[in-house]
Amino acid sequence: MHELPVTQGILTVALETAEQYGGYRITAINLVIGDMTSIVDDSVQFYFDALSQGTAAEGAKLHFRREAAAAKCLECGHEYPVTPPLNPFCPQCDSAFLQISGGKEFFIESIEVDDENTGG
Amino acid sequence: MKIPVVKQILTGNDQIAAENEQTFRENGVFALNLMAAPGAGKTTFILATIDHLPADVRPAVIEGDLASTIDADTISQRGVPVIQINTGGGCHLDAPMVRNSLPHFALSDIDLLFIENVGNLVCPSNFKLGTALSVVVSSTAEGHDKPYKYPGIFATADVVILTKADILEVFEFDREYFERGLKAVNQHAPLFVVSGRTGAGIDAWVAWLLDRRRGYTAAI
Repeated sequence: MHELPVTQGILTVALETAEQYGGYRITAINLVIGDMTSIVDDSVQFYFDALSQGTAAEGAKLHFRREAAAAKCLECGHEYPVTPPLNPFCPQCDSAFLQISGGKEFFIESIEVDDENTGG
Repeated sequence: MKIPVVKQILTGNDQIAAENEQTFRENGVFALNLMAAPGAGKTTFILATIDHLPADVRPAVIEGDLASTIDADTISQRGVPVIQINTGGGCHLDAPMVRNSLPHFALSDIDLLFIENVGNLVCPSNFKLGTALSVVVSSTAEGHDKPYKYPGIFATADVVILTKADILEVFEFDREYFERGLKAVNQHAPLFVVSGRTGAGIDAWVAWLLDRRRGYTAAI
């Protein structure tokens, strides 16, 4: 349920941004979320629909671009994307010595606004 | 029209976390954010750590729980200043909660502040509190697969504590497997294997902690 304050943050930042650019109604929010951040898309959308009611972002569509984490095998060098729960062994050489990086992205890339009509 | 966004999603929380950090710095308080699953032994570990501190290092504790003052009462019985935050169902502490609790302490009389987060291996890792050190506590009773299942929180740790080492055999805990998983997601965090009950391993952890604190206070 940490998606509730996270979604509140998304809404606040999106509304502030729209306000700065002329107060247009927000039609879409493009999010980038890494697989290591434990944030569930459906949960964010659920809270968003409730929180955005009566704001300039009501009815906006949330687009999620998921970013996988990258695993690197320290024995054979094989690199591949991973999502939790992590497989403890390299799929290529079965080594247990892996290094995981990335997948920590968590930001709004852009918002889309309806500049034909001002919001309010 | 598409508008690029530069502001961070949790800017509100992160700004207050930065204020907390500043407050800690100004008062020479070395603050720790302890994150773990429910029942990992956070409170016992905090008490064992406090028992091993030299007399001139003054501790205090913030207890985060959904409800109750059970942990705060336990700490308070030892004569250690403690504030209980009840999140009322909230799954993590956030920076404003910590900020609101600080006026209840005489900060200039505190050297080490243990902030025990709500028992949860998922949510706390997303919310900065303004602490100098992120500590992830995992117990042998939870099993050796935790770094593989909850890589996010282990990746954010500055240091990892494996508690309940005295019952490692009972749970057929594979320490090597655990350490490999930890190393895969976090190449920097040292691991201390301890038992809060017997006190095993606490000395080495406390020595490391005090060393980190010396580095912190020297830089103020």
